Amino acid sequence: MDLMLGKNKKSTKDKDDGKIELWVEKYRPKNMDEVSSQEEVVKVLRKTMETKNLPHLLFYGPPGTGKTSTILALARELYGPELMKSRVLELNASDDRGIDVIREKVKNFSRLAVSQNTNGNSSCPPYKIVILDEADSMTNDAQTALRRTMEISSKVTRFCLICNYVSRIIDPLTSRCAKFRFKSLGKESMKSRLEEICKCENIPYTDEALNELINVSEGDMRKSITYLQSASQLSKIEGSLTPNMVFELAGVIPNEIVDQVINVWVKGTSDEKMTMANNIILSGYSVSKLLLQINKRLVENVEFSSKIKCYMVKYLGKAEKALVEGADEKLQLLSLLYSEIHS
Amino acid sequence: MLWVDKYRPNSLEKLDYHENITKQLKALTQLNDFPHIIFYGPPGAGKKTRINCVLKELFGSGVEKMKTIQKEYQTPSGRKIDLNLVVSNYHIELNPGQVTTQDRVIIQNVIKEIAQTQQIDSTAQKRFKVVLLNEADHLSKDAQHALRRTMEKYSANLRLILCCDNTSKIISPIQSRCLLLRISAPEEKDIVNILNQVASKEGIKLPQKFAYTIANKSNRNLRRALLMLETARVQQYPFSEDQNVILPDWEVYIKNLTNMILQEQSPERALQVRGKLYELITHCIPPTLIIKTLAIELAQNVDNQLKGRIFQEAAKYEANLQKGNKAIFHIEAFVIKVMAIYKKYIIDMTKF
Repeated sequence: MDLMLGKNKKSTKDKDDGKIELWVEKYRPKNMDEVSSQEEVVKVLRKTMETKNLPHLLFYGPPGTGKTSTILALARELYGPELMKSRVLELNASDDRGIDVIREKVKNFSRLAVSQNTNGNSSCPPYKIVILDEADSMTNDAQTALRRTMEISSKVTRFCLICNYVSRIIDPLTSRCAKFRFKSLGKESMKSRLEEICKCENIPYTDEALNELINVSEGDMRKSITYLQSASQLSKIEGSLTPNMVFELAGVIPNEIVDQVINVWVKGTSDEKMTMANNIILSGYSVSKLLLQINKRLVENVEFSSKIKCYMVKYLGKAEKALVEGADEKLQLLSLLYSEIHS
Repeated sequence: MLWVDKYRPNSLEKLDYHENITKQLKALTQLNDFPHIIFYGPPGAGKKTRINCVLKELFGSGVEKMKTIQKEYQTPSGRKIDLNLVVSNYHIELNPGQVTTQDRVIIQNVIKEIAQTQQIDSTAQKRFKVVLLNEADHLSKDAQHALRRTMEKYSANLRLILCCDNTSKIISPIQSRCLLLRISAPEEKDIVNILNQVASKEGIKLPQKFAYTIANKSNRNLRRALLMLETARVQQYPFSEDQNVILPDWEVYIKNLTNMILQEQSPERALQVRGKLYELITHCIPPTLIIKTLAIELAQNVDNQLKGRIFQEAAKYEANLQKGNKAIFHIEAFVIKVMAIYKKYIIDMTKF
């Protein structure tokens, strides 16, 4: 109930000063119970909070699964909004995080002891938290510099590393942390959350549109909320949220075009292949997205034999790798379309 | 003033094609919560024009009063970077390509600086400022990571507009924070339409057949089409029905190269081609563009069976080129490979 009140108060306040807010920020979970579909993580964290002894934490998982939200919510529950400012140091890739910063800023912060029970609140734990967001973009040197700092200052400071790829964190750091994997959000929990937001924002929606929204965003909550916000702006004009709107906004390539590409690839003549490649590039579709969607369509396809599909997937992989390394989109697409598929 | 600039639409109402996107943009600017936006699409499709229109719609004509200022930033290692910024009261334009490897520092400093100051002018329509990042696909991964949290943290008084050719090189965390708007290249008939409009405004007569030739030759690139029209007008006016459209000289040069490669396949010829390739590179034609144009030209002039091979080799060597750092090796390797393939093909043909 408190929460509801809090939210309403906030939204009226927003209206008053005309402040523009991204929904992603507005609907960020305010406490740990609101973090949806990461039950295990939340359960373990709650247990550790009860014992008042938090290990160093390492959160990893795909984007938009609530890693940053969870740690912020945890910090808020531990310290309350007042103390949070002085007890939490949040550093992310937008701050400079070279080895110097680790040596100076983090070390100094972590060394300072905390005064206990400053406001008579006995539940306040005797340690501070350093949040290193997007830790996988930290240099190896900086990570190495953290190692001993983490141990020396463990009396008064807990570290929380957040990253997408745990493999980019050096081993000595991972072995010092309790690892938590955040999984992609399930469809149900995403849907319930989106429905909630729709109700709060008075957006007329259809079930279909929401389902498409969830499909398009692939388990990334942030993506779906961003799309929802953009779509809502359009839906206010056109009356209701429709699946087509979602497609357009998400930049998804229509299935008909993907099917055409597959057909031309397998059966097309040389000229058709050339025109197709030109069309795709000039329409501005992203080729890497096209590859992904071709792959998806292929899996569902029943027309081609498994052998052909295997060859096709092999070529897709090759092209995708080249694209990631910065190769030219048009050449890769041409090469893909002209690749020979032995049947 | 070039026609391209002279007839650039300066408000959303005057935009010619992609009515749907225009409608969307209009809707977005009307409402209070304007999102971060990525505009993407091939060159000459009108991304920049649309961005300018959106800015004008958001802030009124004040955005057109732009000035350049020079700022100096210091990297952590102590190096100083001079940067030219184009600013108005409401927005700031950045070309991260200018500073290449140090773009992360620029992103951090410039954006934070803007983000931490609020719009003072209370009469302004919007409470936020806009940072426009051109060529966002040239941003290094580091710089893109630096953007992530900044975009969320300062969302109260900052909106980003990114402009890029394709979204493949933009990391997904950024994409998930933005609204993606695809600006596809105009159709040929759209181009003809616009060519006609410009011609009538300039008071010149444009034969329809010639307009179609230009549209066709321009590769659906509106900027190129308009430049071609202007060049043609300087070259010969009044236009004739089947006047030649002048292609950029590097394209003609590559066409000649193609002929050289197909006429003779020998070490001597390879040496001559090498000389020509060097010439192209020293004239700042991007190596990727050389391989791409070369491959497409070659493919047009060989038999169907060979086309696939040529594109595959082109793709392979272009990918290598991105990893290496001496472009000439890779282009030359491609040329020689094509020569080998072609020669073998000719020999096989004569055997039977």
